[in-house]
Amino acid sequence: MTLLGLVEREPSHGYELKRDYDSYIGLGRSLPFGQVYATLSRLARDGKVVSGEAEPGAGPDRKRYTITDLGKQDVATWLSEAIEPEPHLQTVLFAKVVLSLMLDRSAKGYLEIQRAAHLQRMRELTELKRTGAPVDALLADYGLFHLEADLRWIDLTESRLQALKEMVQR
Amino acid sequence: MSSTNLAPRHESVPLIAGRDIVKSFGETPALRGVSVSIGPGEIVAIMAPSGSGKSTLLHCLAGIFPPDSGQVWFDGRQIDSLDETQRTKLRRTTFGFVFQFGQLVPELTAADNIALPLLLDRTNHREAYRRATSWLQRLGLGALGGHRTGELSGGEAQRVALARALVTRPAVLFADEPTGSLDSLMGEQVMEFLVDLTRQEGTTVVVVTHDARVAAYADRAVMVRDGRTTTPAPAQAVRQ
Repeated sequence: MTLLGLVEREPSHGYELKRDYDSYIGLGRSLPFGQVYATLSRLARDGKVVSGEAEPGAGPDRKRYTITDLGKQDVATWLSEAIEPEPHLQTVLFAKVVLSLMLDRSAKGYLEIQRAAHLQRMRELTELKRTGAPVDALLADYGLFHLEADLRWIDLTESRLQALKEMVQR
Repeated sequence: MSSTNLAPRHESVPLIAGRDIVKSFGETPALRGVSVSIGPGEIVAIMAPSGSGKSTLLHCLAGIFPPDSGQVWFDGRQIDSLDETQRTKLRRTTFGFVFQFGQLVPELTAADNIALPLLLDRTNHREAYRRATSWLQRLGLGALGGHRTGELSGGEAQRVALARALVTRPAVLFADEPTGSLDSLMGEQVMEFLVDLTRQEGTTVVVVTHDARVAAYADRAVMVRDGRTTTPAPAQAVRQ
């Protein structure tokens, strides 16, 4: 859906979409070309985009993609919908704490290691925010708030380890 | 710096260090044997939940009160054994302080507040106000020098407090929850200024906070739990 939104921004080649995605949205995670073209093929099949004729030149794909009215409607709907708030805590972090308690390992030690790792990442993101472009700052803030939420959970969990241990070791 | 072999060891020579600090208030223990070592120019966050002894640690390191036992070192000199007069002089001449609130004189202007520590230290009037004005400009407050601090927003007042703490060019800035009374945007502005200005000045910073986003501005964090520092985890312990 993000790619479809980028096509709405302006008719684009696949490599332009990948470039824009990596620059504005990827937060250091590059979108594979294969995924870009597979998505564009699916969107074309579903009538969300149309592709022009292949243009002369080197490169894997010289087609320019343009969004259709149906595609625009999809983007508008998607942008107006809330995403589902994560309803269940099923992270690796959670699993490690529970397993540590079950196996009588040091959950507290793990939480301290994880806290240090979170703080280190928060320092990196804060530096990115201080020195980067506004879009970097926006993405860094998103990461910082989520890491902060994890840290609060880590602090709270640490204070409840004994009660959790009694429950999972039954 | 003294080369005495009694000074606590640090990878680089520490500017300020506490060793096995114990401090109680009546029957209530606040610190149960804390050791911390801070190098020159470092920005270190002391992080802990409320009531975990982090402000007490700051007060001991800054010589505001001596620990019940343990040692505090500054620049190769043991300062916990200094008398109150000597510690007061050290604080006034060598340390700067930023607290959560309540440190400015509301009836005085921003420039007066910043010039005040210089005037108390017998800097001449013209020079004190020249430096105060310079700091106001560095903090983006050039137009507010004549305003009473009671009329300033929380963020502006805290920037004035930062200028007042730094105007004497202290070796160490101690900041206790410096953004605690501010909304997150104002708090970030204050931390930006704090980090930028202390790096420019080469000031060592000890910032006490419960807020991970504030601690993330520091070079490293020292965790205090139940009156003790916890061992920081090595980076290589992190796995994807």
